[in-house]
Amino acid sequence: MSALPAGTGPVGLRIKPTGKRRSTNAPNPDLSHNIILYVEGVTLSFDGFKALNDLSLYIETGELRCIIGPNGAGKTTMMDVITGKTRPDTGSAWFGQSIDLLGLSEPEIAQAGIGRKFQKPTVFGEHSVFENLELAMASDKSVWKVLFAKLKAEQRDRIHEVLGIIGLKDRIHSPAGALSHGQKQWLEIGMLLMQDPLLLLVDEPVAGMTPQETERTAELLVSLAGKHSVVVVEHDMNFVRSIARKVTVLHEGHVLAEGSMDEVQNHPRVKEVYLGE
Amino acid sequence: MNRSMTAPISAPAQASILLDAMKRDRGGQILLGLLLLVGILVPLLNLGVAEGSALHLSTYAVTLFGKYLCYALLAIAVDLVWGYCGILSLGHTAFFALGGYAIGMYLMRQIGTRGVYGDPILPDFMVFLNWKELPWFWQGMNHFPLAALMVVLVPGLLALVFGWLAFRSRVTGVYLSIITQALTFALLLAFFRNEMGFGGNNGLTDFKELLGVDLKLPGMRIALFLTTVVFLALGYLACRYIVASRFGRVVQAIRDAEGRTRFIGYKVESYKLWIWVFSAMLAGVAGALYVPQVGIINPGEFAPINSIEVVIWVAVGGRGTLYGAVVGAVLVNYAKTYFTAALPEIWLYALGALFVFATLFLPQGVVGLLKSRTGAKA
Repeated sequence: MSALPAGTGPVGLRIKPTGKRRSTNAPNPDLSHNIILYVEGVTLSFDGFKALNDLSLYIETGELRCIIGPNGAGKTTMMDVITGKTRPDTGSAWFGQSIDLLGLSEPEIAQAGIGRKFQKPTVFGEHSVFENLELAMASDKSVWKVLFAKLKAEQRDRIHEVLGIIGLKDRIHSPAGALSHGQKQWLEIGMLLMQDPLLLLVDEPVAGMTPQETERTAELLVSLAGKHSVVVVEHDMNFVRSIARKVTVLHEGHVLAEGSMDEVQNHPRVKEVYLGE
Repeated sequence: MNRSMTAPISAPAQASILLDAMKRDRGGQILLGLLLLVGILVPLLNLGVAEGSALHLSTYAVTLFGKYLCYALLAIAVDLVWGYCGILSLGHTAFFALGGYAIGMYLMRQIGTRGVYGDPILPDFMVFLNWKELPWFWQGMNHFPLAALMVVLVPGLLALVFGWLAFRSRVTGVYLSIITQALTFALLLAFFRNEMGFGGNNGLTDFKELLGVDLKLPGMRIALFLTTVVFLALGYLACRYIVASRFGRVVQAIRDAEGRTRFIGYKVESYKLWIWVFSAMLAGVAGALYVPQVGIINPGEFAPINSIEVVIWVAVGGRGTLYGAVVGAVLVNYAKTYFTAALPEIWLYALGALFVFATLFLPQGVVGLLKSRTGAKA
C-alpha cells in the first residue's frame, strides 16, 4: 500500500463476491459451490485453426489466477468467449451455477458482473477522466434511466475514491486522450473498479508501465483478490511471479498445466513448449 | 427511504443539467439571443413598417427566412446523430419530407370545395385519377391533431424499423450511410407513383388555409415564421439537454469506441436507435414547418442530393456543436439563394467546392474558426 498516493481510501470495491450486488439490477450469480467461472470443453476454430481446443478452466470465488502462455495460445480468445465477443463452436461457459454466459450479449455479461480490461488501453479520449469513470460506474444503464440520470452524492464520492486509488486526482478534468500510456492503463483499471465487477478479467495490465507503476498494479490486484475473483493474462514473468498464487499455462488453446508458479515452472511439458528448454 | 431512490425523474435535476449546459454554451446563448431578436424584428419590420419604407421587410423575405430556419432544425437533427453519435445519415430528408407530407395531407383536406374539381372530400389529384373514395391513410387527416401526430409518428416509425434492422445487424460507417441513401431513394421512387396516393410527381400543393386561417395573409406568414423560431429554439434546447445528459456522454462514447461501450454494460443498439428515432422525429417537425411556408411538397424532397446537402451544411457550420449546424444551414442556403439567382449554372460546383474547402481547411467548420479566433484573443 505504501506506493499508493497519499490520502487514498481503501483499495478495491465494497462488495463481497457472495454478497448482494450494488446498484445494478442484474441477477446475482449463484456462487454456492464457490466457483465463479466455469469454462468447459470450449472449442473455437477460425478457418480450421483451433484457437481454443477443448479448453476447461475453473476459477474459484475470490481467487487471483494468472494465465500465461506463448503467443497464439488462446488467452485473449478465451476472454473474448467469456465476455460475449466471440461465440465458441462447442463447450459451455457459466458464471456461477446459474448464469449461462453463452446466452448473453456483451453488455448483459458486463451488467452481470464481469469486467474486462483490454490489452491495448481503450478509454474514451474526448471524455474527461471523471466522465470516463462516471460512464463505467455500475448503475442502471437502460436508455431512459441514463437520459434522466443525475449523479448522486455517494456516486460522486465513489468516483473521487477511485480517482485516488488510480492516482489521477490532479487529472480529473483532463481529456482521457491526453493521458500518458501508463495513466490510460490506470484509468482503465479505475473504470473496471467503477463497474463493481465480481470477476475481473485483466489482459496484460502492466504492458508499457514503468517499474513503479508495475509495482503499484501488482499491489492493487493482490488487494482486490479475496473480495473479488481476478484473472490476469500477462507476459511479464516477474510480474506474474510477484502476484500469482495459482498459474494456468495455456498452449494451443488447451490447458497445459496448472498449479503454483514453482510447480508450473518445473512441469516437464511447460519447460518444453514455453520456457524453451 | 426506498421511495426517494426509485422516484422517477425529479424535474429540477433535469432543469439544472440543461441550465448548466447552457451556461457553458456560448454559441447556444448567441443563437437563442439571435432567435429572440429576429422573432421581434421580423414581425416588426414586416407588419409594422409601411411597404414603401427602406426598412420594410417583404413577405417574400419572411418566408425565405422561415425556410432557412426549417433547414436549420433539420441540420440540428443531422448533427445530433452525426456529430454526437457518428451515424452519418445520407437520408435524413426522407424524414423531413415525410413530416412535410403529413402536414401536406392535412392542408389538402382543408381545400375542400375550393379545389379545381370542387370535390368536398377528394383532393384534386384523386378526382383527376378517377378515384371514387379516400384511401384509408387519408382518413382523419382533415383533423389537425391527427396530422400533427403523424408528423412525428410516421418518420419516427420508419426510423425505428430501419434503425432496429440496421443497428441490430451492427451495420456501421459507410455501409450505413449507403443504405440511408437507398432508403430515401426508394421513397423518392415510391412517391413518384400516382398509385401511392400522394399526388405522384406533382405532390401536394395549392394549399388554402391552416387551422382555418388563410395561408396567404401576411399575419399568417409571420405566425408560421414565429412558430418556426419557437420550434427551432425548443429543438435546440432539447438536443442540448440530450448531449449534456449522461445519455449524451454514452452516445459520444459509442461514437469514439463502440466496442468498449458495450463492455462497460451499455446496450449500444438501444442507444443508437433512440437517438436515431428522436432525430428523425425532429426532422419530421422541420418538414412540417417547411411545407405550409413554401406551399408545396413533392417527391423531389426525397432526392438523395438533398440529404447530402444537409450533411454539407453541418460540415460547413461545424459538426458536433449543434449551433454550428444552424450557422451552416443558414449560410449555405443564403449562398444558394444568391447563387441560383445570380449564377445558376455554377451553384452545384460552388457547393462542391465549399464542401471540399470546409473539409480541408475548416475541419471544425465556420464556428470552429470563430472559436479559435476568439480563443486566441482571450
